[in-house]
Amino acid sequence: MIALLIRDLRLAFRAGGGFGLGLAFFLILVVLVPFSVGPQSALLSSIAPGVLWLGALLACLLSLDRLLALDFEDGTLDVLASAPLPLEAALAVKGFAHWITTGLPLVIAAPFLGVLLNLPPEGFGWLVISLMLGTPALSMIGCFGAALTVGIKRGGLLMSLLVLPLYVPTLIFGAEAARRGAIGMDVETPLFLLAGISLGSLALLPFAAAAALRMTIR
Amino acid sequence: MELRLSDIAVARGGVPVLSGVSFTLTAGAAMILRGPNGSGKTTLLRTIVGLQPPLAGKIEGAADTVAYAGHADGLKAMLSVAENLTFWAAVYGRRDIDAALEAYALAPLADRLAGTLSAGQKRRAGLARLMVTGRPIWVLDEPTVSLDVDAVKLFADAVRAHLRAGGMALLATHIDLGLTDAQVLDVTPLRAAPTALYGASDEAFL
Repeated sequence: MIALLIRDLRLAFRAGGGFGLGLAFFLILVVLVPFSVGPQSALLSSIAPGVLWLGALLACLLSLDRLLALDFEDGTLDVLASAPLPLEAALAVKGFAHWITTGLPLVIAAPFLGVLLNLPPEGFGWLVISLMLGTPALSMIGCFGAALTVGIKRGGLLMSLLVLPLYVPTLIFGAEAARRGAIGMDVETPLFLLAGISLGSLALLPFAAAAALRMTIR
Repeated sequence: MELRLSDIAVARGGVPVLSGVSFTLTAGAAMILRGPNGSGKTTLLRTIVGLQPPLAGKIEGAADTVAYAGHADGLKAMLSVAENLTFWAAVYGRRDIDAALEAYALAPLADRLAGTLSAGQKRRAGLARLMVTGRPIWVLDEPTVSLDVDAVKLFADAVRAHLRAGGMALLATHIDLGLTDAQVLDVTPLRAAPTALYGASDEAFL
């Protein structure tokens, strides 16, 4: 499992590995929002948590295409499926590697980009916490979507359509926690629900993804 | 240890392609599958490896004993040959890749990125993967594609060494590897009638 994690991380950081794609997209989106909204700092600070969460979600979605498609094309998935490592574990590891290369950089970059959106000072901590709790769910749900569509040529569109509705609860509770944190309200309820979604995804989706993958690689 | 197939039927894309396939492969033996393109050799091999379920019949002795080399090599272009093989060795809980590098004359290429290799060199690296798995049954689908004469000889020697060590090999190939005592199974007469096993399907959502 560790070998697979190291290999995925190494591939992501090498040329053409796609590390930074999500981060660059996140950066571009958040930098452009103040230009499109105009110089209204009160409006910006009230939409900041939602924009940051939406940006993180779309950045995650952007890189899902590559999560399994490259391994499918070069035959790696066929070999992994017949290897002693259970496919469930392999997919959980791949989801985790995706989170490290996509979700974690977003979590780290978010507070710096929050400044651009005039996020209130008390909101920074809750923004980071909510992203930290929510992005693993985005990666695991994405892994499931990728497993469902891996055999299909140009399956990215179909995968986006399948994954987006599953992303909605994470977005709602994540953005709500960040918003409540920013205006000084109680954040417990959305944070607990967000953590529940993440833990549930981590526990269940590797099995769903493996079952879907066994069908798609036939 | 042996690999035993009894009355296996396989389907490709919802259409039954082979039925009534039965054979037994014992330690140290090799079997060569022959048949024209589209006769179901690849599908049969993928079924034995467990990548798809058989329509009917029973496979014994294939769980956690087979290593599969299909049409694709399972190499990452941005990793070196040694990194690729080390990764696969680790997946199978092993470490040593030197014997495999040597058997396929890959030592001079060990530090080259797999993406910069020629088609034949990639194939050799893909076949070397079987050696690092340490699995007793090798299942090979057209292993000699894009190999030159010398590389085919290297491959045949590797298979012979594997058989001598008590391993087994199941190959779908069109060329003569010089494995003189291998059994040959021609799948042409086993072709399934289109209406065979009516109602059975390999489609997941039907």
